[in-house]
Amino acid sequence: MLTRPDRSPRPDALPHAPGVGYKPQHFQHILEDAGSVEWLEIHAENYMGDGGRPLAQLRHLSQRFAISVHGVGLSIGGASPLDPDHLARLKHLTDWLNPASFSEHLAWSTHDSHFYNDLLPLPYTNATLARVCDHIDQVQGLLGRQMLLENPSSYLAFAESTWEEPAFLHEIAKRTGCGLLLDVNNVFVSATNLGYRPQDYIDAYPLDLVGEIHLGGHDEDEDDHGSPLLIDSHGAAVVDPVWALLDYTLARSGPKPTLVEWDTDVPDWVVLEAEAARAAAALNAVKMAA
Amino acid sequence: MSREDQFTRAILDARLPVPEGLLDGADQPAGRRFSVYRNNVAVSLTEALHQGFPVITKLLGPENMDGLAALYLRAQPPTSPLMMQYGEGFPDFLEGLEQLSHLGYLGDVARLELALRRSYHAADAPPLDTLHLGTLPPDELMASRLSFAPAMAVLRSPWPIHAIWAYNTHPDAPKPVARAEDVLITRPEFDPIPQPLPPGGADWIARLQAGETLGSATEAVTSDFPDFDLSAPLALLIEGLALTDLSQ
Repeated sequence: MLTRPDRSPRPDALPHAPGVGYKPQHFQHILEDAGSVEWLEIHAENYMGDGGRPLAQLRHLSQRFAISVHGVGLSIGGASPLDPDHLARLKHLTDWLNPASFSEHLAWSTHDSHFYNDLLPLPYTNATLARVCDHIDQVQGLLGRQMLLENPSSYLAFAESTWEEPAFLHEIAKRTGCGLLLDVNNVFVSATNLGYRPQDYIDAYPLDLVGEIHLGGHDEDEDDHGSPLLIDSHGAAVVDPVWALLDYTLARSGPKPTLVEWDTDVPDWVVLEAEAARAAAALNAVKMAA
Repeated sequence: MSREDQFTRAILDARLPVPEGLLDGADQPAGRRFSVYRNNVAVSLTEALHQGFPVITKLLGPENMDGLAALYLRAQPPTSPLMMQYGEGFPDFLEGLEQLSHLGYLGDVARLELALRRSYHAADAPPLDTLHLGTLPPDELMASRLSFAPAMAVLRSPWPIHAIWAYNTHPDAPKPVARAEDVLITRPEFDPIPQPLPPGGADWIARLQAGETLGSATEAVTSDFPDFDLSAPLALLIEGLALTDLSQ
């Protein structure tokens, strides 16, 4: 059993500064010179083994950096009950690590005991609202901490939806006391795909409940009618319109912990750090203006 | 049928129509927008299988592996959100494929890759201080029982699985020759190391794991393998930090 990380030199909350999604190939670079990066995100499921290098690296990093644990497999938006084994693993991880933040997605990934390894969409109805709130109550009760819920990237809409997404998320936060995570790349992707102004989405989002902002890269495709179809890939640099949307958001929200995610075709550390530096500049501009 | 039933069936079977009531931003049917989910699921799980079985991927070729990954996904969708566990049924799946039956070793090579992955994520355990082992009186040593690190594993195969694994991971490794091979996996620090065991070694370790004393295990194995010398597998276990306790 690994010893509990010594947390003394590390802040208890995420700083209002740039973070990046941690990739093991960057371990040495981060320890030698983290540059603008002040905190790290890990995907919870990658650290649910029993030991070995992943947990040893995490223990090491957690002594220097605030850690955000980001779940991708809880299936909070799913119709089935949450997997008790997975909840127990999550509890074990967060009790051991005591991270600065835990977050998950407004999405589902498990159905009939099968896990689909993607963030699948749900209709926004009163029934799904009640179900998501029950699941969040269960998670927050078990973990003994507030969680943040992230807005998804959308490629389609459900005919049966009766709620707009920002209002749906706001209502979940009101009912459960959870915070929200605002992924501005997801907003840009969804707005492009479903034909609305991303700024309107930001204007409707309860920014005072946002505990963390995400940025990432996307791919470009087309739908059947030749309309742009953006795909949230986390496999490229953040595009200029998304940086502009970050500025628009920060101008209204004030500085927030801001994360750059790059999960596929992971670049060299210097490239990822440059993205974090750009986020630092956006945050500094807002801090100066205040 | 629930929304989730519709979704998952259509994700796994691209011949099925896109579920009703899914729209684009102009309230038109979503059409190929649904393929984003089909593609995300297939690509991410194919990638997980490539990463989990690099030697099988090399043996079969990446394109054949893509095809197998698609078949495997439909036959056995993952049952856990832990991608570190994805593919536990893949060795049996490979052995059940008629078109690969001429490559009899594939299943055991896949089992070796799976065991290496399990070892990588296994619990840490403080190793036994083995310095004093050599100073124990022989009687006392042979009356002892050993405990093993969770990252230690033994595989037995009628195929030269270690040689095949080495030939496909190390540029200087010799070409495999047909023979049975037993493999010991140890994890001295963070990277699991597979090594071939001498004849009788796997049986000897299995007896020790079952709680037999060193003397009893060695005697039993020596009756089947007269040339068995415990010092060789014991040295592999000690160097691999695979022993955690010695008790009388």
